[in-house]
Amino acid sequence: MLTYYFELGLRSFRRHRGLTLLMLLSIAMGVAACMTTLTVFHVLSGDPIPGKSDRLFNVQLDAEPMRDYQPGGEPTLQLTRFDAEALLREKRGVKQVIMTGANIAVDPAGSGDASQSPFFSRARYATADFFTMFEAPFRYGNGWSAADDTAEARVAVISEELNERLFGGIDSRGKTLRLRDKDLTIVGVLRAWRPAPHYFDLTLGAYAKAADVYLPLATSYALRLGASGSMSCWGSSSTDQRSLNAPCAWLQYWVQLDTPQQQRDYRTYLTQYSDQQRQAGRFERPSNPKLWSVMDWLSVRKVVPSDIRLQVWLAFGFLLVCLTNTVGLLLAKCLRRSGEIGVRRALGAPRREIFLQFLVEAGSLGLAGGLLGLVLTCIGLWVVRMNPAPYAQLAQLDWQMLATTLLLSLLASLLAGLLPAWRACQITPALQLKSQ
Amino acid sequence: MDILPILSTLKRHKTAAGLIVLQIALTCAIVCNALFLISERIDRISEPSGLAEDELIVMQVSGMTRVDNDGPQTQSDLQALRQIPGVKQVSIANQIPYGQQSSYSGVRLRPGDNENANLTAANYLAGENFLETSGLRLTEGRDFLPSEFVEMSRLEGANPPQVPAIIINREMARRLFPNGSALGQGLYVFSDEPHRIVGVVDRLVAPNPGSGEESSANTMILPLRPGYRSGSYLLRVDPAQREAALKAAAEKLLHNSPGMKRLVREQKLLSDQRDAYYRQDRSMIQLLAGVCVGLLVVTAFGIVGLASFWVQQRTRMIGTRRALGATRGQILRYFQTENLLLSTVGIVIGMVGAYGISLLLMRYYELPRLPALYLPIGALVLWTLGQIAVFGPARRAAALPPVVALRGG
Repeated sequence: MLTYYFELGLRSFRRHRGLTLLMLLSIAMGVAACMTTLTVFHVLSGDPIPGKSDRLFNVQLDAEPMRDYQPGGEPTLQLTRFDAEALLREKRGVKQVIMTGANIAVDPAGSGDASQSPFFSRARYATADFFTMFEAPFRYGNGWSAADDTAEARVAVISEELNERLFGGIDSRGKTLRLRDKDLTIVGVLRAWRPAPHYFDLTLGAYAKAADVYLPLATSYALRLGASGSMSCWGSSSTDQRSLNAPCAWLQYWVQLDTPQQQRDYRTYLTQYSDQQRQAGRFERPSNPKLWSVMDWLSVRKVVPSDIRLQVWLAFGFLLVCLTNTVGLLLAKCLRRSGEIGVRRALGAPRREIFLQFLVEAGSLGLAGGLLGLVLTCIGLWVVRMNPAPYAQLAQLDWQMLATTLLLSLLASLLAGLLPAWRACQITPALQLKSQ
Repeated sequence: MDILPILSTLKRHKTAAGLIVLQIALTCAIVCNALFLISERIDRISEPSGLAEDELIVMQVSGMTRVDNDGPQTQSDLQALRQIPGVKQVSIANQIPYGQQSSYSGVRLRPGDNENANLTAANYLAGENFLETSGLRLTEGRDFLPSEFVEMSRLEGANPPQVPAIIINREMARRLFPNGSALGQGLYVFSDEPHRIVGVVDRLVAPNPGSGEESSANTMILPLRPGYRSGSYLLRVDPAQREAALKAAAEKLLHNSPGMKRLVREQKLLSDQRDAYYRQDRSMIQLLAGVCVGLLVVTAFGIVGLASFWVQQRTRMIGTRRALGATRGQILRYFQTENLLLSTVGIVIGMVGAYGISLLLMRYYELPRLPALYLPIGALVLWTLGQIAVFGPARRAAALPPVVALRGG
């Protein structure tokens, strides 16, 4: 019976080509608008490290003086060097890392390729646990050890992209990487890696690419390589802002805590640490440490641009108008066929069957609209990728979103078909036959 | 034109009429707000910076070797840049509007560590000729004197220097001193000795304008001369020669450091930098405009579709009326009035909806309230749209000869 209804549907589509095309376009456009924006939203609000996001925590301590204090206010985004080093020394987590971003000049001539001129690269200065904590995938070699950190070892890990640019993609372990006028030895090469959002350091932009050069934080101090990223200072600083006792917060601190017990203990530990610092006269404000897991951190920092949320709402509004439009057109089309319905009813078709017939018609319209919508979604995402925003290249359709598109479209059109189908099965056969 | 017969006909098609009304209402509500969002963005991206944007080049250099005293090299660079043909004036500053860096400081009206900051302002630390180079206009007071400039690197030394003078923008002056002139007043930013306000510039935006933060409206300039390691060169050039000057300047900076390898990190026209800064807003404007057009097209097609259906359904009625002497114009006007009625109901509901959406936007996106002006604009757009959409089907109805209409029913 369903195939027969499908055939009937096709025939009616053919009879009202213009109207059908309008409905098809209407559904396809509505669905495509929704799916394009939802895909972007889905990509941007995704979990950057799925298996582990509930075990990695960002640490915030309130190290600022009482001046400008507002109760209930947020502590500084990052840690001072003094606090970060103290927490790292005491190693109360399973793993922990201090880090900062940087921009640094790479000298290809010093790295063995005289044909290229120097260029700027994104760098990350971190401590040894960085690579295992954030699951950075290696192509060659490994990260460095905690001993390398203390020894201020002249070692570096580089990205696949930089390895391609400097060494043509070979296993470059043991080769020299010259940063400015300092030489480091490459110990590892990463595979292509782009955590999105760039959760472990949001100060460079939430969808920044991962760095190309990684080296021990202590080494960067020893070589006096400059860091970059956001920095917040208080008091009149008369020293180097990146020195140990400078009243400046500029380092990110992450800790891995595997069990709820460890997480509770760590919170207690942070409060104790803050209290101690206040007793020692370093901290002035009431203890207010923060420990956010990855997904909480992303939501607290409002990582998904508000424009994207607005676009999703706008798209659903658009879909709603498209649906209303489809309902209206379907209704018009099915009322035009009152005669046909009257005949079927007079020949003994129960209301249920009429209802089913029109629902099948709406459903097949929805599927066709969905397929067309899929094509439009692909075009939409292509347009999004042309956008210069840093997250634009991330906008790709995956299987999940593909299935959602078809489902949404089917659902939308069935929903749109309900009212006309119901109206159709209300038609009384006698009245229609008489009016013929 | 008698409205009653139209109403009684519509009463028999409540669902279809309701759907048209709903569609118009939704479209009206969304389009009103979208138009407002568009105008907000346009306001944002067209906010002037106060700088002579079309005449400015921004450049930044980095050395491959660390130098601790970059002062002499910076002076030599400035000297070299000044000699490039087409370059009118040159300066250096720690940050430039629409750039990568942004630096803010708390400003106090009294000395002392335990005072709350009165406000936060973007601090432009600049070398000589900054005002003249960037094209800033003083409304009060004077430019810095040559004797007032201090090396910025000395801020980090053991004896931080006194910074006697400061220039602020008019907005900041208004906020700090609402009841009088700011000139001669002392501000405390970098030390417990006051920086006296020597001048007020008409307009100068923060490095990241339009971010919505209150602090981004306040800007100040201090005569603290950055070195090339921590500042950007700013070149005022003849707009006709700016591309050539950009190329020449980059070449010059690269080779103006004998014995030291350098690279030019940034070399941009300020107008390009501004365009890049607002790219996101521009694409949002395009998107909103696209959605508006899409909505209007879909709604128009909906009206065309349903009106055609009605014309077909009412062929007999039209025929009867025609046979009884109704003119084509009357039939045409019948459908037009019908659409006008439906549109009006839709628009009224849509305005309530527009207001509702506006309330939500105010709450979640901290947008200002939808100005009432957008409601009549939305209404006018939808009335026009409805009339255009219904015109085709209505004309077809009017064209039906009475006989055919009677037979065809």
